[in-house]
Amino acid sequence: MYAFDYQRPDAIAAAAAILSADPEAKALAGGQTLLPTLKQRLAQPTALVDLSRIPELSGICATTEGVSIGAMTRHADVAASELVRAAIPALADLAGMIGDVAVRNRGTIGGSLANDDPTADYPAAVLALNATVVTDRRSIGASDFFRGLFETALKEGEIITRVDFPKVEKAGYAKFRNPASRYAMAGVFVAKTAAEVRVAVTGAGQSGVFLWTEAGDILSSDFSVQAVSGLALDPSNLMSDLHGSAEYRAQLAKVMLKRALASITG
Amino acid sequence: MSEATTIVRVPVRLTVNGKSVSAEIDPRTLLVQFLRETLDLTGTHVGCDTSQCGACVVHLDGVAVKSCTTLAVQADGASVTTIEGLATGGKLHPMQEAFRENHGLQCGFCTPGMIMSAVDLVARFGPNLDEATIRENLDGNICRCTGYHNIVKSVAAGAAAMGSAEAPRAAE
Ligand SMILES: Cc1cc2nc3c(=O)[nH]c(=O)nc-3n(C[C@H](O)[C@H](O)[C@H](O)COP(=O)(O)OP(=O)(O)OC[C@H]3O[C@@H](n4cnc5c(N)ncnc54)[C@H](O)[C@@H]3O)c2cc1C
Ligand code: FES
Ligand code: FES
Repeated sequence: MYAFDYQRPDAIAAAAAILSADPEAKALAGGQTLLPTLKQRLAQPTALVDLSRIPELSGICATTEGVSIGAMTRHADVAASELVRAAIPALADLAGMIGDVAVRNRGTIGGSLANDDPTADYPAAVLALNATVVTDRRSIGASDFFRGLFETALKEGEIITRVDFPKVEKAGYAKFRNPASRYAMAGVFVAKTAAEVRVAVTGAGQSGVFLWTEAGDILSSDFSVQAVSGLALDPSNLMSDLHGSAEYRAQLAKVMLKRALASITG
Repeated sequence: MSEATTIVRVPVRLTVNGKSVSAEIDPRTLLVQFLRETLDLTGTHVGCDTSQCGACVVHLDGVAVKSCTTLAVQADGASVTTIEGLATGGKLHPMQEAFRENHGLQCGFCTPGMIMSAVDLVARFGPNLDEATIRENLDGNICRCTGYHNIVKSVAAGAAAMGSAEAPRAAE
């Protein structure tokens, strides 16, 4: 690691002040992505601003619309939360599928979303559930938040404070894990509201998480596993790498869609 | 570019295996470096530089974390238990004893992390563990020797022994 200064503010405003005064300072959440990056000397921030001692950033609460999760809430706490399980069980399940136990005990939802890894799990839930990412300065709808590979709508120094998830009628998530990294080779989140069905795919797209609109349209009129049996995902915008070809990922995404549906419709 | 040519040391105070320790450290110091190099607790191992192997697992305020992916300053004010903190009064912890009894190790490099993860597993799921639960929850711990079979046997036996002995979880 290159040298950095360490700061541990106890309020959002103080953290924001440090981050906006120094564009090369970086927020530190669970460190499960940032610390491996620093160890490889792939980044050289001047300062790390540890968000872990800012009480307003942690915790889960029920809202009239659904459930609100503080940015610094650890994956393990989301997985174990009765409030999350009562509102959106698939979201608690998803949190329990991230990485391994030790990663889940440190990693946070805010860190995962700010990082926007194209194979991360939370982006699929946020996009399918049409959640709102709240920062120290504004609210960002899911469709505007994700901008591509490791790219989000966050401006320099902007801090995610919480994520508001609306309750839905039904939701399900299925993931095919890369057995070495544990990230998604393909992960599909299905969310059904009275108005529509939204299907988000992570792990497969060349520019990160995306809405599979064709699947959502079909399922909006017929919410069943059978309805998607003739559907195929176009591989031309999917990733090809040493783990699998775009065609393989297209097929995996379809299988994950069916599994997610089966977990909901039984 | 960074101008951090003069390193500003930061104070840390934490409890390690029940003892209070404090130091002034370079903020870059990983928890595992602090344990191994500052405190000479070399039981916690480093098996990779990609946060994937679990050889470095310790308990931070009672839960399993990778000490290679945690800064020592992040543990400021917290309580840490390492493999050295499990045995009490010269007697192995039941999970350590079970690994010995069931031949749960070969080279032993992964063993400290395996045992710390196993003790965390019992804290979450209780002493009666089925094979699927053990395998699923140890998937962050990699062993290149044993083929895992005897590790799973050891964890099941160690968990049962912890249940019947109501063994104290050492310094926690
Ligand atoms: C072995 C291993 C396996 C993993 N497997 C998976 C997996 O299967 N699925 C998955 O989704 N992820 C996986 N991860 C990643 C893990 O979920 C991380 O916790 C997550 O990506 C980053 O969260 P963090 O809290 O650790 O953030 P950090 O690493 O601390 O930060 C990541 C980035 O986000 C920024 N940031 C953090 N918090 C905020 C905030 N509140 N506002 C603005 N910016 C912020 C930081 O500045 C940094 O750039 C894995 C990680 C490891 C080490
Ligand atoms: S040393 Fe491999 S995960 Fe920590
Ligand atoms: S016993 Fe050698 S790595 Fe597990």
